Amino acid sequence: MALGSGALWWAEQSLLCVSDLHLGKSERIARRGGAALPPYDTRDTLTRLAADLTLTNARSVVCLGDSFDDLGAALALPEEERLWITRLQAGRRWVWIEGNHDPGPVNLGGSHLFELPIAPLTFRHIALPGASGEVSGHYHPKASVSLRGRSITRPAFLFDSDRLILPAYGTYTGGLRSRAEPLADLMRPEAQAIMTGKNPIAIPMPR
Amino acid sequence: MNALPPKFDQWFASKGWSIHPHQQQMLDRADAPALLLIAPTGGGKTLSGFLPTLVDLADGNHQGMHTLYISPLKALAADIKRNLTTPVTEMGLPITIDERTGDTTATRRKRQRADPPHIFLTTPESLALLVSYEDAPRMFKGLKRVVIDEIHALAESKRGDQMMLALARLQTICPDLKRVGLSATVEDPQAIAHFMARHPDPCEILQADPGPAPDIRMLSTEEAPPWSGGGAAYAIPAVLEEIKKHQTTLIFHNTRAQAEIFFHNLWLANEDSLPIGIHHGSLDREQRARVEAAMVRGDLRAIVCTGSLDLGIDWGDVDLVIQIGAPKNVKRLVQRIGRANHRYNAPSKALLVPANRFEVVECVAALDAVLAGDLDGDPRGPGPRDVLCQHILIAACAGPFDADDLFAEMTSAGAYAALFRAEFDACLEFCATGGYALQAYDRWQRLLQRPDGQWQLRDPRAAQRIRMNIGTIQDTDTLKVRMRRNRGGKPLGEIEEGFAATLTPGDTFLIGGQIVKYEGLREMTVEVSRDAAKKPKIATFMGTKFATSTQLSARVQQMFTQDSWPELPRHTAEWLTLQREVSQLPQPGRLLIESFPHDGREQTVIYGFAGRNGMQTLGLLLTKRMEELGLHPMGFVATDYATLIWGLDALDDPAPLFDLGALQDGLETWLAGNAVMKRTFRASATIAGLIERNTPSARKSGRQATFSSDILYDTLLRYDPDHLMMQITREEALRGLVDFGRIEEMIARVDGRIDHKRLSRVTPLAAPLFLEMGRVPVKGAAEERLLAEEATRLMETSGLAQITPPPSDKPRWRAGF
Repeated sequence: MALGSGALWWAEQSLLCVSDLHLGKSERIARRGGAALPPYDTRDTLTRLAADLTLTNARSVVCLGDSFDDLGAALALPEEERLWITRLQAGRRWVWIEGNHDPGPVNLGGSHLFELPIAPLTFRHIALPGASGEVSGHYHPKASVSLRGRSITRPAFLFDSDRLILPAYGTYTGGLRSRAEPLADLMRPEAQAIMTGKNPIAIPMPR
Repeated sequence: MNALPPKFDQWFASKGWSIHPHQQQMLDRADAPALLLIAPTGGGKTLSGFLPTLVDLADGNHQGMHTLYISPLKALAADIKRNLTTPVTEMGLPITIDERTGDTTATRRKRQRADPPHIFLTTPESLALLVSYEDAPRMFKGLKRVVIDEIHALAESKRGDQMMLALARLQTICPDLKRVGLSATVEDPQAIAHFMARHPDPCEILQADPGPAPDIRMLSTEEAPPWSGGGAAYAIPAVLEEIKKHQTTLIFHNTRAQAEIFFHNLWLANEDSLPIGIHHGSLDREQRARVEAAMVRGDLRAIVCTGSLDLGIDWGDVDLVIQIGAPKNVKRLVQRIGRANHRYNAPSKALLVPANRFEVVECVAALDAVLAGDLDGDPRGPGPRDVLCQHILIAACAGPFDADDLFAEMTSAGAYAALFRAEFDACLEFCATGGYALQAYDRWQRLLQRPDGQWQLRDPRAAQRIRMNIGTIQDTDTLKVRMRRNRGGKPLGEIEEGFAATLTPGDTFLIGGQIVKYEGLREMTVEVSRDAAKKPKIATFMGTKFATSTQLSARVQQMFTQDSWPELPRHTAEWLTLQREVSQLPQPGRLLIESFPHDGREQTVIYGFAGRNGMQTLGLLLTKRMEELGLHPMGFVATDYATLIWGLDALDDPAPLFDLGALQDGLETWLAGNAVMKRTFRASATIAGLIERNTPSARKSGRQATFSSDILYDTLLRYDPDHLMMQITREEALRGLVDFGRIEEMIARVDGRIDHKRLSRVTPLAAPLFLEMGRVPVKGAAEERLLAEEATRLMETSGLAQITPPPSDKPRWRAGF
């Protein structure tokens, strides 16, 4: 089930899946000589994750890659936020899937995998063309709808009979329009988008 | 008196000219630390600024740069170079002249830094960039004078603030630098003098002879103007007649969208195929350049334009200026009229075309103001701190600095003369660490304090990123528009991203005077094809909607106190008389409110005269108050003069609505989540260096790497609401689009004197409001509901609703919670 927060909830397995947390993004930008963005992104992302965990009481959590903005950001996480993650992990199975931003193990609890098969699904970071029953992230999909002269754009799940692509869950993340090339090619013609928000809403995937 | 050298005398004589009195005065005062010349267009203003320079350089003894010329437009710099080269060549003066703008090639820039010309022409942005280099002292060595052209235009914007901070820097490098400002006619020369002089240097003001009074009239047509709207389509035949009678006509509009629509309609009616062009800021640069060139050659009979033609480029023989729509601001009107007839001592000719009935009144009020020489303008307030932050970073690029020295330097700029040290320190802290309540960047500070107390960049490579982001001009997010061809069709211009997002393939809109059909989006370019349709979907791309100035609004209210209006056309005078019989006219110093039922709703009209932005804000605040008071407001619409609110319940006692304290409280909460705040935040955060528009790797990483500034705003609001950027955003929003100052001014002006009229039906003055565009619904749960309805509709029409659920062996995805 697609939650309005951008997380995926699989009730039968009591599994919560989130993608592209990009924890530590503001730290990484500052480290590289960029602007000093408000350093509250990790806190905000974890607050929302904690709320979803309270809501679902999930026994397993799958972070679908790009959980950290880079491996340095994982190392540089402040003690407080590190402890917070540990508290969230307590009593749960926790899987970090490898992403292109965090292609190696991190010094936090939980198992570290390239991909995770739980029949009939496979969880991986970047969608493979031709795969089936696949859950992935990476592209940060978003979708927009025009309403009488106004246009609303929100992060969105994209799905068809072969695959599901999750929106980015992290606070400092942008989105790629569903009509952009890699997404439009990847998804079947009858694909739908579920726009996140207070009431998640399914629409035909905008092309 | 400084006499002209013989060579100059002979040159003037050979041209059959004699030196203007104000040119002589400028020469006499060449040693003043700061000098402001106010002269009408065509008065040899630029030569006045440069004459002392040319005289000084005539002996060929000066080494290095002598005079720096700054103009708000690149095109102006090129123009001036041409105009200066003529006397220099003809008199055989040993003077080098060169320009530098964003378009100058890298090799020429390098040469300029190695071997600076005597006279250097540039723009505020290029100047800011130049002072950010470590070798600025070498480049500007020997600089004696700076000439700032069209300073009245710069004094109104952040570009001007940035320029003055850069000049403060130059003054430190060259302590004897003399400043000269050249300005068009303005209402408060003293304010500009304060803005441009090194604080607290005096600045003498020279007024050139303003020339003969302009010949300015209102267009009268057989047909009465419509009740509302801004298109003035009714006046097309009359305007065409005027174009035929004159050599070259400039047709000014207040917004780009209006200019496009008018241009389109003009061509539909242009049976003689008169050569008419269009020029505005959304058009592609090449297209604009083509129109400008045709204009200079005298090939065009008319140009439909916006403020992009406001500044002092010499367009040749313009003999008529037409202003479509009420001018909103008398000063701008006068400056526009100055575009006509560049021959000094000949009157400029101008024609005002009101777009609707109310604007007839406003045009007449504006005509009176022009004849009385009564210009308007609002004092601008202290210099904005986002520009200050950017300049601290610029200073850091140039090398290590001492905070005390930098503070002293910055407060020598007039706009920042009253800056408190604590405010400066907050900006420095922001530049160094981000200034967050949560200390997160101890290791990655942008600026570090060295053991000797000086500040410097932590990473010298950051200088490149900072330089890439210098500037205060905000391009709203725009997308390029191109004709769809195999590869690289013809560029047409730009439209706002928000507008592009509302387009679906097949939609038509106007750009560059032609109707085009939206085909699709490719790599951030809007692809279109030609379309033969007669009626486009309206082009709503950006156009600043100017608010009517306080002074002009007051004049209109003053007109309402007259017993009769012989100066108004009959249709308009009768309209006002009828209003007086049925209800009353708004009076100065009082607030008229009318309530009446109409369309099955209770209507309330507030004649606040606080300008469009102010009345818009008032509408938002009042509907919020009415909601609290249980009056069930449903929506509102605002013009420069009035706000119309509709709802379910009648308003009995308006007094509690106008409690300033309650309105201010409402403002606090309303502002926090407001789109205007987010837009202002984006602008200020970009200027202050929190958001980088340009990064070395930006092009490659693609769109999903960037995220919206709204997210930063929301994050700060939640975790750090008192952060410096939030303070700056509030300051900027309140004096900009929110315009709460005008509402405070209105409440003070009215001081409780409210005339509330309960009426049985709509009044003559209120009627046009029902035809206004831009009705704002009072939202709440509305957005979610609209979205749900639209989603159902889309699912139904696409047929997807029928094919869900899919076969059962495949996973099913549901939207939940």
